Amino acid sequence: MSDRERSQPKGRGRQDEEAESGPQTETEADLEALDDLLDEIDEVLEENAEEFVKNYVQKGGE
Amino acid sequence: MERRIFGLENEYGVTCTLRGQRRLSPDEVARYLFRRVVSWGRSSNVFLENGARLYLDVGSHPEYATPECDSVEEAVAHDKAGERILEGLVKGAEERLAEEGIRGEIFVFKNNTDSAGNSYGCHENYLVSRHKDFHRTVDILIPFLVTRQIFLGAGKLTQTPRGTAFSIAQRADHIWEGVSSATTRSRPIINTRDEPHGDPSKYRRLHVIIGDANLSETQIFLKMGTTALFLAALEDGALPDPLDLAQPVESCWQVSHDLSMRRPIELDGGGSATALEIQARYLEWLAKYVEKELDEPVWRQVIGEWERTLGLLESAPDKLADTLDWVAKKRLFEGYIERDGLSWADPKLRALDLQYHDVDPEKGLYKRLAAGGRMRRLFDDEKIALAASEPPTRTRAYFRGRCVTEFPGSLVAANWDSLVFDTGESHLKRVPMMEPLRGDAGRVGRLLDESEDAADLLQRLEG
Repeated sequence: MSDRERSQPKGRGRQDEEAESGPQTETEADLEALDDLLDEIDEVLEENAEEFVKNYVQKGGE
Repeated sequence: MERRIFGLENEYGVTCTLRGQRRLSPDEVARYLFRRVVSWGRSSNVFLENGARLYLDVGSHPEYATPECDSVEEAVAHDKAGERILEGLVKGAEERLAEEGIRGEIFVFKNNTDSAGNSYGCHENYLVSRHKDFHRTVDILIPFLVTRQIFLGAGKLTQTPRGTAFSIAQRADHIWEGVSSATTRSRPIINTRDEPHGDPSKYRRLHVIIGDANLSETQIFLKMGTTALFLAALEDGALPDPLDLAQPVESCWQVSHDLSMRRPIELDGGGSATALEIQARYLEWLAKYVEKELDEPVWRQVIGEWERTLGLLESAPDKLADTLDWVAKKRLFEGYIERDGLSWADPKLRALDLQYHDVDPEKGLYKRLAAGGRMRRLFDDEKIALAASEPPTRTRAYFRGRCVTEFPGSLVAANWDSLVFDTGESHLKRVPMMEPLRGDAGRVGRLLDESEDAADLLQRLEG
């Protein structure tokens, strides 16, 4: 194993990103937005998920 | 850099259900979907007005292949246009089902796997020179293709001996070889079938089949952009000491299942590096290459987007929920698990795993996210609508698309590298198109504008 291989990536944008985006914990606003999203998705989700998934069988492609 | 032609092919999955119960087999769904195509084009294998190819592939999968593009952004728009075209086919097919009194909803998924372990592909094509060492290109490219999965995966729930797990990519588990000419029996990372669809003495086609079908515009942009850039640098001899993986196929599986992106990957000749480290290395090389040799806005944009993505994958991957399909999907799953107390094995999550990929703007979860401003977009729907009806202007797709639009009655056969016309004379006339960069608007736009009909066009071409 060479040092080069194990060296940390330069990731030039990394520090900027962290400075810009602040701490990593999700804010309350984020969580509320996620709840709204799940509510919206509930309306379009297949009602009989188990059957729906089981019946989704294709032939191989390519 | 020399201009490069590239394009994407997507096979879509189809089903028709009523309250979860299957109503029609994939064969039957495909027939309903293609009925209008067949009546228009007399075949289930047609070229469209935008120069793209739409056909019914092996296994009843509708396949949409973008027209030849020479810009990354254009390729993304044309790939997204494919979703829109399929959405149109679904509407037509559902109308016919209703007319025939068949109750059921048709679903078309832009994904790569079903519930029984079958896979269908998203293939990338890059035109490369016949004179370069193809096998060397392929060898050098493989570690890049294996590790780029961390930012190109579409995400998927997989069943493992230890229960249900989430993996980054859909295709990885279906890859069994590094390089070969197979597709269905034993899928390789790169397929070597030698079909240049152009002058075979000058060109080869690099056919990459490891990729996932993406809904995220940014991911499609990154996929075509980073790979085209990698090829350019490789051809220019600008990649220092290429990496080699000890076990490319096993590494391919490992990368897809390693959400930390930090498990060491064994390198050939000893040593190891993580997927993040390998990609960071490529980024560093290619950023330098762009700075020195290729200082154009699109390549700066590719580097910038790639840098941002790798940076966040390293520091805060959840922040990419508006950028990468796999992160967006994982966030939805975690939201449901948290809110409803579901387990990862819950069928509801598996249904979500499919519905994320639905091309329907109402039912498709990606589509809902994008419409609600929850996914970063590269362009608006108008640009995609335009790509669904108009060909790229800088490649031979322009000539093909306009001929399909303007002379449908005389165009009796079309292929990537030729068109065949019937102008009422004793024999058919074939127009070869062996140069993918010719037949563009600059060369033939006026000629097409001035041609009254196909016979006139052919005469002008000969003249």
